[in-house]
Amino acid sequence: MMSTARATMARDAPGTLWDVERIRKDFPALHQEVHGKPLVYFDNAATSQKPQVVIDALVAYYSLDNSNVHRGVHRLSERATEAYEGARTRIQRHINAASPREIIFVRQATEGINLVMSSFGRAFVGAGDEIVISAIEHHSNIVPWQMLCEEKGAILRVVPIDDRGDLIMEEYARLVGPRAKLVAMTQVSNALGTVTPIKQIIEMAHRQNVPVLVDGAQAVPHQRVDVRELDCDFYVFSGHKAYGPTGIGVLYGKEQWLDRMPPFQGGGDMIKLVTFEKTTYNELPYKFEAGTPHIAGAIGLAAGLDYIAGLGLDRIGDYEHALLAYGTELLSAIRGVRLIGAARHKAAVLSFVLDGVHAHDLGTVLDHQGVAIRAGHHCAMPVMERFGVPATARASLAFYNTHAELETLAGAIQEAREIFG
Amino acid sequence: MSELRELYQQVILDHNRKPRNFRTLEGANRTAEGYNPLCGDQITLYLNVEDGMIKDAAFQGTGCAISKAAASMMTASVIGKPEGEVDALFHRVHAMLTGENGTAPEMGKLAVFSGVREFPSRIKCVTLAWHTLQAALTGAAEPVSTE
Repeated sequence: MMSTARATMARDAPGTLWDVERIRKDFPALHQEVHGKPLVYFDNAATSQKPQVVIDALVAYYSLDNSNVHRGVHRLSERATEAYEGARTRIQRHINAASPREIIFVRQATEGINLVMSSFGRAFVGAGDEIVISAIEHHSNIVPWQMLCEEKGAILRVVPIDDRGDLIMEEYARLVGPRAKLVAMTQVSNALGTVTPIKQIIEMAHRQNVPVLVDGAQAVPHQRVDVRELDCDFYVFSGHKAYGPTGIGVLYGKEQWLDRMPPFQGGGDMIKLVTFEKTTYNELPYKFEAGTPHIAGAIGLAAGLDYIAGLGLDRIGDYEHALLAYGTELLSAIRGVRLIGAARHKAAVLSFVLDGVHAHDLGTVLDHQGVAIRAGHHCAMPVMERFGVPATARASLAFYNTHAELETLAGAIQEAREIFG
Repeated sequence: MSELRELYQQVILDHNRKPRNFRTLEGANRTAEGYNPLCGDQITLYLNVEDGMIKDAAFQGTGCAISKAAASMMTASVIGKPEGEVDALFHRVHAMLTGENGTAPEMGKLAVFSGVREFPSRIKCVTLAWHTLQAALTGAAEPVSTE
């Protein structure tokens, strides 16, 4: 045990690979006790904690610039517009989109998908057409397409996964057929951590002239994302999982698609001219942003993305992979623990079951050790069904987690085994 | 830790490991399905009711220790009772879970669930079986849901 602790300190120590203690200081919520124990926050795939710079950006906006955007002639409105549009440009650069016109602010990834479902679906999907998704999608990338298929008489095709949790690419190749109108696929699975071969998925779809929507909700917080390198047609993510505030998310869409798509919602800001005879819609991106947007949210999200870019996304990835490897080793050594999901390329997600202990009971016992995990179906009930479990416990890691916290998790799981043994 | 021991009392752990009446009931004349979409707990309840008396009760399903023990102890406690008494009993259980009547000495064996009141997110784990029981007695066709 001593040697483990020493090794852990060396890995996380100042001046070495990753100064996690210094980084943790940026996150005020990490420094609290839960049930008398220091908080160990392992529910990052549900939502991340926020660095002080994000909190400060929100406070500064509401304290100084608060005003409505795109309409005021007064100074505050100009400043708010500048900050809001500045956030759009920062986010555009972060994901390397070609133009800020391709960055649509939405409430979260879910709304981004629903926007494409409603707008693209209305324009381009008809009876007998096919939408291709995968078996590891979050409910938010399943249900909207089911709704569209029901409305249009279209057909949902689901790419299956193997026992490791990897997509079966031969099946995918077969399913992207002549009737396919859209592929909607996750880049990283929230329930299993599977990293999909998204570039290959996109290339294969494009060979059939089928556009691809990528659900990047679990990718953007942990890795570099370059939408032009991917050549995806749509890309969605949520702010709150990427160290930004809740209630803000991004839909990236290639201009050539967004131009041809009808508006999503009607209202103020999305129009150029309104008469009772005819309304002329605004240009991109405003055509898709009806009503007063979440101005502070956009500014906070830009601050969050700037923060992780400052830490270095490749370094974040390296550190999180080291955490994943250590966590996998620790949990595999506990009798009765079965890890669910062993994809060849995997993000820092440890989804597992413990023999004889239901995930919810485990969640409660861990909570009493200060360890916050998610227990349940992770909004991916088809994944649970595929692996024959009603629920799993999930520890999802972030760059501010430590090797010592993983040891606390392992100890708490042992404790649960003893209680239920 | 003591709160945790209070929640997971030995009786509950025992019913979780060896749930009573955990089977299908041949010739059941009332059945109902219960489901908690939040956590995926699922229960099928079988009753044999004759002349207003619950002659037999059994259940199948999956769930956490609390929900399984709750269903196990509920079936044990309603067998042999008039169906008219179920509502009042559930009302007392619910009051105990929400802390309205203290330790409730009149609860008998069901008092082991009193620790759940310290865990608001787990109250539905206990009430799922009871809601399903009510549905079975009133003949609700749709599966009951805790949400």
